[in-house]
Amino acid sequence: MAEAFKLEQVASSEWLLPRQGEMRVPGRIFADATTIDQLRADVGQEKEWNALRQLRDVACLPGIVSAALALPDIHPGYGFPIGGVGAFDLEEGVAVVGGVGFDINCGVRLLATPLDREAIEKDLPALADGLYESVPAGLGSEGKLRLSVSEIDELLVQGARYVVERGYGTEEDLERIEEGGTIQGADPRTVSKLAKQRQFGQVGTLGSGNHYLEVQVVDKVLDSEAAPVYGLSEGQVVVSIHTGSRALGHQIGQDYLKTMEGASRRYAIPVRERELVCAPIRSPEGKAYLSAVACGSNCAFANRQAVAHLVRGTLVRLFGLRPEDVRTVYDIGHNNAKVERHTVDGETRDLLVHRKGSTRAFGPGREESPEPYRAVGHPTLVGGTMGTVSYVLRGTSLGMERAFASGIHGAGRALSRKKAADKFWGEEVRKDLAERGIVLRAHSLRGVAEEAPGAYKDVERVVQAVADAGINRPVARLRPLAVVKG
Amino acid sequence: MPFEYLESVADAFLRGTGETPEEAFAEAARAMTNLMVDVDTLLLREEVPLSGEAETLDLLLVEWLSAILAAKDLERIYLSAFEIEVSEAASGTVKVAGTGWGERLDVSRHDPRLEVKGVSLSGLKVVEEDGRWIAQCVVDI
Repeated sequence: MAEAFKLEQVASSEWLLPRQGEMRVPGRIFADATTIDQLRADVGQEKEWNALRQLRDVACLPGIVSAALALPDIHPGYGFPIGGVGAFDLEEGVAVVGGVGFDINCGVRLLATPLDREAIEKDLPALADGLYESVPAGLGSEGKLRLSVSEIDELLVQGARYVVERGYGTEEDLERIEEGGTIQGADPRTVSKLAKQRQFGQVGTLGSGNHYLEVQVVDKVLDSEAAPVYGLSEGQVVVSIHTGSRALGHQIGQDYLKTMEGASRRYAIPVRERELVCAPIRSPEGKAYLSAVACGSNCAFANRQAVAHLVRGTLVRLFGLRPEDVRTVYDIGHNNAKVERHTVDGETRDLLVHRKGSTRAFGPGREESPEPYRAVGHPTLVGGTMGTVSYVLRGTSLGMERAFASGIHGAGRALSRKKAADKFWGEEVRKDLAERGIVLRAHSLRGVAEEAPGAYKDVERVVQAVADAGINRPVARLRPLAVVKG
Repeated sequence: MPFEYLESVADAFLRGTGETPEEAFAEAARAMTNLMVDVDTLLLREEVPLSGEAETLDLLLVEWLSAILAAKDLERIYLSAFEIEVSEAASGTVKVAGTGWGERLDVSRHDPRLEVKGVSLSGLKVVEEDGRWIAQCVVDI
């Protein structure tokens, strides 16, 4: 089995999985040698879930264009690798549930403050408490916005604008969200009533698992051209919010897993792995799914907007700021499927780009980027792991040519939740962080153990690999000061 | 062991076992609830009707576990005990129907853990092996 996955190194951080067998395109992996060694080891040990096989399987799907891509935070997902990107021809291609996942448009919002580290140092525990109390998080938590099914319908169409119009934020926030916080083509009729009912009370909540709020300091500016454009400078305090589309997105994922399971059989799509269920983009099922994904994405934008508003309120209250002092730098998702225009072999084409655990990363010149960012490309936001650093990166022209303008989303898991929970103890993790001056407030200590920094790959290595490959460029490094976990 | 967690790089790989498909389904559900709270701390105060239908027995497990996740958000109830029947439906499909018991979340008593987002087709299997029924799959956290 192992010989089917011979990788060719084509550049220092780029590897090719040559086209063979049923593969319609090759696989292309942007990664460091350590990640490649790990992928090979998983194949060698014939692990039931291995990301290289998943990448190969994606390369076999109908209508895939150019290459099945993987970024250095690659690890196995549901049929489709996490840290994976697949672009499909709109006529021949398929929409893949595993290419988006259960947490549709899960992503990161970055807020910038005018405060520097010294100004908040002594108030850090109070800030952590304030965020812990003001943002509903953890199992069973509910927000103040209680939405009926018909109100949810409006939110699914309007996205972040829906909550801004109800007082949760500003027009300026909307301008700094991917797609202005509203993805077009969202028809609420493609979302089940159950999904909408489950969402009641969940807008403006953080959730649990790997979701978090982090108060961070800009530890190092790495790109003196882009950092000022994004309004970031060394020593500045910022806040990252990592959350997604909550129960509504989860139920859409669940509903369409079932729909696509049937569709794969009905359209006789040669699916190598059962988990890679999909439907032709132009089929009724494919169209309905993409509309539902747009609804889920809008729900996630609205959710992060509502959470950002609560965070802003806490900062204003504790530090005597004006609301407009707390600016949205950017808000970007990393589980999505969107129609985008790309140049492939010199030809401009509209493609459906799935990014599972990967952000969009448009470099300079794209009109989709907010106007102030257009010249340098929009920011991409890479989550850390409580104890380690996070990054702001940006897309590059090379990334647009070679990687469908895609970026990394995080460190990527190295240990399973089970192994992490066996190896780490929540209280110990809290103590370790405290010794390093990081304040932790958590709704579940078991969750803290599963999310221990040691359960993840080294984010520095992941960032270095994409920088070396030239597809993303580091702009700033963020170090955590306080962490709130769901 | 009525339920257990298997090793995988994925989020949580759970397995329920029992003498019958019903027992295996109930144990798989308890395994899932136990990812969210300590399943043994739940009192059987509330009752929720549960049902599902699918083309195959393994897809029925996905339906079944999804119904339990829906009860968590719709009724705010975490379920730990079940009385169910798995049977063939007239149309050639399979169905599950019955009742689940549990209670609303009490953070002080239930040791809240992490939310389960969805039930995947990953590692999905419902089979009889050596006279024991196994119901297993990966759930997303």
